Amino acid sequence: MIQAILVFNNHGKPRLVCFYQRFPEEIQQQIIREIFHLVLKRDDNICNFLGGGSLIGGSDYKLIYRHYATLYFVFCGDSSESELGILDLIQDLVETLDKCFENVCGLDLIFHMDKVRYILQEVVMGRMVLEINMNEIVAQTEGQNRLEKSEGGLSAAPARAVSTVKNIGLLEIPRIINTGDLNIKVPNPSQFV
Amino acid sequence: MALKMVKGSIDRMFDKNLQDLVRGIRNHKEDEAKYISQCIDEIKQELKQDNIAVKANAVCKLTYLQMLGYDISWAAFNIIEVMSASKFTFKRIGYLAASQCFHEGTDVIMLTTNQIRKDLSSPSQYDTGVALTGLSCFVTPDLARDLANDIMTLMSHTKPYIRKKAVLIMYKVFLKYPESLRPAFPRLKEKLEDPDPGVQSAAVNVICELARRNPKNYLSLAPLFFKLMTSSTNNWVLIKIIKLFGALTPLEPRLGKKLIEPLTNLIHSTSAMSLLYECVNTVIAVLISLSSGMPNHSASIQLCVQKLRILIEDSDQNLKYLGLLAMSKILRTHPKSVQAHKDLVLQCLDDKDESIRLRALDLLYGMVSKKNLMEIVKKLMTHVDKAEGTTYRDELLTKIIDICSQSNYQHITNFEWYISILVELTRLEGTRHGHLIAAQMLDVAIRVKAIRRFAVSQMSALLDSAHLVASSTQRSGICEVLYAAAWICGEFSEHLQEPQQTLEAMLRPKVTTLPGHIQAVYVQNVVKLYAAILQQKERAADTQAAQEVTQLLVERLPQFVQSADLEAQERASCILQLVKHVQKLQARDVPVAEEVSALFAGELNPVAPKAQKKVPVPEGLDLDAWINEPLSDSESEDEKPKAIFHDEEPRHAKQRPPEADEQELARRREARKQEQANNPFYIKSSPSPQKRYQDAPGVDHIPVVQIDLSVPLKVPGMPMSDQYVKLEEERRHRQRLEKDKRKRKKRERERRGARRHSSLHTESDEDITPAQRVDIVTEEMPENALPSDEDDKDPNDPYRALDIDLDKPLADSEKLPVQKHRDAETSKSPERQDIAVVEKKSKKPKRKEKKHKEKEREKKKKEAEKGADLDFWLSTAPPAATPAPEEPGVNAAVAAPKEEREEPRGEEQDAAEDGEQDLEKKPSKHKKKKHKKDKEERSKDQKKSKKRAPPREGEAEPVENGALDEEPLPPMSSYSLLAENSYIKMTYDVQGSLQKDSQVTVSVVLENQSSSFLKNMELNVLDSLNARLARPEGSSVHDGVPVPFQLPPGISNEAQFVFTIQSIVTAQKLKGTLSFIAKNDEGSTHEKLDFKLHFTCTSYLVTTPCYSDAFAKLLESGDLSMSSVKVDGISMSFQNLLAKICFHHHFSVVERVDSCASMYSRSIQGHHVCLLVKKGEKSVSVDGKCSDSTLLSNVLEEMKETLAKC
Repeated sequence: MIQAILVFNNHGKPRLVCFYQRFPEEIQQQIIREIFHLVLKRDDNICNFLGGGSLIGGSDYKLIYRHYATLYFVFCGDSSESELGILDLIQDLVETLDKCFENVCGLDLIFHMDKVRYILQEVVMGRMVLEINMNEIVAQTEGQNRLEKSEGGLSAAPARAVSTVKNIGLLEIPRIINTGDLNIKVPNPSQFV
Repeated sequence: MALKMVKGSIDRMFDKNLQDLVRGIRNHKEDEAKYISQCIDEIKQELKQDNIAVKANAVCKLTYLQMLGYDISWAAFNIIEVMSASKFTFKRIGYLAASQCFHEGTDVIMLTTNQIRKDLSSPSQYDTGVALTGLSCFVTPDLARDLANDIMTLMSHTKPYIRKKAVLIMYKVFLKYPESLRPAFPRLKEKLEDPDPGVQSAAVNVICELARRNPKNYLSLAPLFFKLMTSSTNNWVLIKIIKLFGALTPLEPRLGKKLIEPLTNLIHSTSAMSLLYECVNTVIAVLISLSSGMPNHSASIQLCVQKLRILIEDSDQNLKYLGLLAMSKILRTHPKSVQAHKDLVLQCLDDKDESIRLRALDLLYGMVSKKNLMEIVKKLMTHVDKAEGTTYRDELLTKIIDICSQSNYQHITNFEWYISILVELTRLEGTRHGHLIAAQMLDVAIRVKAIRRFAVSQMSALLDSAHLVASSTQRSGICEVLYAAAWICGEFSEHLQEPQQTLEAMLRPKVTTLPGHIQAVYVQNVVKLYAAILQQKERAADTQAAQEVTQLLVERLPQFVQSADLEAQERASCILQLVKHVQKLQARDVPVAEEVSALFAGELNPVAPKAQKKVPVPEGLDLDAWINEPLSDSESEDEKPKAIFHDEEPRHAKQRPPEADEQELARRREARKQEQANNPFYIKSSPSPQKRYQDAPGVDHIPVVQIDLSVPLKVPGMPMSDQYVKLEEERRHRQRLEKDKRKRKKRERERRGARRHSSLHTESDEDITPAQRVDIVTEEMPENALPSDEDDKDPNDPYRALDIDLDKPLADSEKLPVQKHRDAETSKSPERQDIAVVEKKSKKPKRKEKKHKEKEREKKKKEAEKGADLDFWLSTAPPAATPAPEEPGVNAAVAAPKEEREEPRGEEQDAAEDGEQDLEKKPSKHKKKKHKKDKEERSKDQKKSKKRAPPREGEAEPVENGALDEEPLPPMSSYSLLAENSYIKMTYDVQGSLQKDSQVTVSVVLENQSSSFLKNMELNVLDSLNARLARPEGSSVHDGVPVPFQLPPGISNEAQFVFTIQSIVTAQKLKGTLSFIAKNDEGSTHEKLDFKLHFTCTSYLVTTPCYSDAFAKLLESGDLSMSSVKVDGISMSFQNLLAKICFHHHFSVVERVDSCASMYSRSIQGHHVCLLVKKGEKSVSVDGKCSDSTLLSNVLEEMKETLAKC
């Protein structure tokens, strides 16, 4: 079973936090920091598994992570999960994000944390993997987005107008912020699964 | 005022949304906390608005803040408000926030029950989906209880999207509300065969997770999973199932035997590393569970080890890591096969990746033998020197100690070498594990008597150079070894060469900087040394020297009296007085040595760490009862400092007068010898004649093989362990030579005696005799110690509640709670609603009674049967040999009532009913699995539908309880002959799979009928436009597909081939050839065998259960075309007839009334096929409806053929 899914950047700033077991907020942050320090000191060319930190789980839990450009995707799973399987799942998740956001980049994750969460909810539910078929995930996400759009209707029109106005400014974000959160490179689909 | 309001609402329009918040936080890097607290204030304002859109926006922002670590539980009520919005957009935001911050302690959560129920039954699948997702994160016992029934209904929802979520969330429901497990389980099990791969995978997920925690309750599902494993192509599902089997095999070794073959095939055929890895893992688990008594599995082990070697050699670090991990599992049971790869493991020690190095270390632990221990440790020692970072070095240190000390120092042949290794380890800077080294030193010195002299000399050297060890910068860890050194020198002072020198070393002023507990040990052992010196001097009548020693003590002890440590201080002042008294006596020329050394007389025995625990509680003693009622709770127990070595007990032993125990000791020694002889871990001498000679003088008395000790002992300071390695090699070489000489002589003798032994001489571990007579004193246990270690389960384990027997039939009381005001049963699919209403009114009381009886009967039967089924499934020969029972429960759903009677087989069958007809044993065996499923379905229906009308008495009744006699069904096999020649016989079966809509799997059983060895088998088929053989990537249409195994004479095995089919409405035949090489003593020949594969329309049908209401809807929909056939001259019972149709044509019975039954099946491309089968006198008519008329008529034609054979 999956205990937690965390995405954070190279500086340990959380981009997506999803705990499937209740931890108080400060403990959550502590766990993120601990895991960040664990993965940070690992080279990119060494293996992607490591024993769970002291805070999360116990000896039965392990961390499976992938590092993309500026982001770490970390899954914490127990012994019933296949390590290589989860590794592929992370890859699939990123590819799915790529499809849903049309060339996903770090900024998408920053500004649309809610949307990312909705996508994740189609992949993992209640500590277990729900769906691995990428097309199905994308289809369901798009279905929900369509429903949302259709609901938009009249009442949301002003809000949308406002948000468009605001987003005019958003277009400049990359230049303003310039954090180096560039495109997440999506490597070739891995050889597993 | 009015203006203000307008302005307010315009402001509102410019409320920050999530993006604004994120942007704001990024722009306020310096005062982030302040900015966020501002935002939270704004959010609080927004939450007070009535506009739900504003609220939703606020909650969305809160979710983001929660991620940053801000507590948002104060907004729980607002979150619920947003959850209950009618629009999906808002609802989704609400549920997301709830899933982030709700938990069991959230009090408002109880308000959500009705909202969630409403959403669950919403017509929009996304409303339902979002509610299920949210609920999976915050379900509480109350929610689980109240909603279990609703969720269970959703498991049969028409949309797979909802079904899979409902199935998955059931796991959470079970955890929170264990009572729901049994009522919901049958349906969950059904979902294992759901046509949608997502739902199926979810069900596999849930059941695997359940089974992992309480495997024994799920053993009966093994056949089902086995079938899934051999048919599924979804790697995720396969991995889960294979992992599950890994958990099940320890409980049922027979299962393991059955698994080996398909798993081996998978290992050979799969290209997915993840699957390969899990297969290897499970094969290992199987082999462990079989461990002994299965000699012919060495091939499997070899295969696993080979594959793992490939993984380890891969450049991908992940594969390397996992390969090592799995290798260490094999190591536990089959160390020999892993030891062959020592080179590889040692190579991994040099890897740049620390986790790989650690794994390799783990492996080394199991790979050492007497032969290679020194070499491996030497290698590790060089790594210790090179290692960067203290954690890894500490890890190396502990591993070295673990490796050497494992199973009672089994692999150590030369303890002098070991002691010098330990001494070398003390030079490590900044290690935390000084106490480990100390414990080892103590243990070895106490338990290996022969080594004491050497140990003492090393320890005294260590004490002499204590300033090196305990320099102030690193005093924390390593100075612990001084504890051991001091104790060893004191306790075994009789072996000291220069006791005086050691005594002085221990009394240096520097010592007072050591930690208190070490000082205390120093003080105590100074006296032991003192006693020894006194004795020595008095014997030599050197009173002068004796007095000098006393004087030294009197001078130096006061420095300990001033110690800050209580223990050291107390001992020092006590001993100081003692020494002063001795001084007085010495002044009067009284001999005191005897008396002083009497303080420390006696022998130490190591006591097992568990010994105390194992002392049985005497009868009539209640340890929990108060001896005196407690006075107040103010008294706190003094905690004793943790001793490094269990020395409390030995101290007691010392106090005993030694004579009193002489007899007892002798008796124990005898017992110990006996025990050691039986203990596989005890270092035994090889039974060579020379050794036997050595054994003669008795185990306890001491060094025999005296080797060139002189050389290393004379080395000043600390000896290098390397010297020992060299010495040891020389010694071994000599030994080998000697032995060979003896052997040769012996062989000559034997040859003369005209008797030949095939004495292949390989040097095994046992051949190496230890350098010293190793006398490991086994740890003492109390008399009549309790035997086994009971592993206590954690009573707080949440999974414990799910330890529920699932095979027991459901009792009436086991129902999921249903809300009273709602008629929850109307919407449920599995109920039968289509039964005549007229019947419902009549005979109600009678029916109830009858039904109860029926149920009772069925219950009993089923219980007996479950065990028997599994038993039977497991006891069948390997798959290929008896193909018929291979797919139990696959195709059919009906069986002859006769078979519900169980034959008494095995112990489980004792309770079985009167087994009248022993003759029918065999045929019915083959069908057991099938009717089990059927019965389950039926009995479930019975239980659930309260409204169901009673079947008319006397007619339908017998069908239900199956008590009446009917002829048994002959064994059925779906495999038919494909081709045959003198070499090989091929039988085959075609199965569709619902997951891949245009593929069928052809299982071909190949049986070697010749005495040749068949290999390089390759199957090729001439593809038609409509059907193509799936070939491995990169091969052309003319290439054959290799069969992944070879066939020794008389063996059969099953291979599977996948075909892609375009149109499935007509049957077709494909021509093909099997080519192979037959090899026998005379040589090998190329052979081939032609065949014709027949794809019937039936083979495109897949057994799919269908509920009667869904079935009725399907018929009503009207887009089905109709056709019918009639067959005359049938004498078979209706029951058996149905069974035949089910088995051969992959139908399931939807409903049966009297001599009329409706049946359903689905094609792999989704065509519905509905049948109405009626039996008249001597004839059967079948009316069919199907979404494709050609398919239907073809299926009916085929069915006619089958029926005509009846």
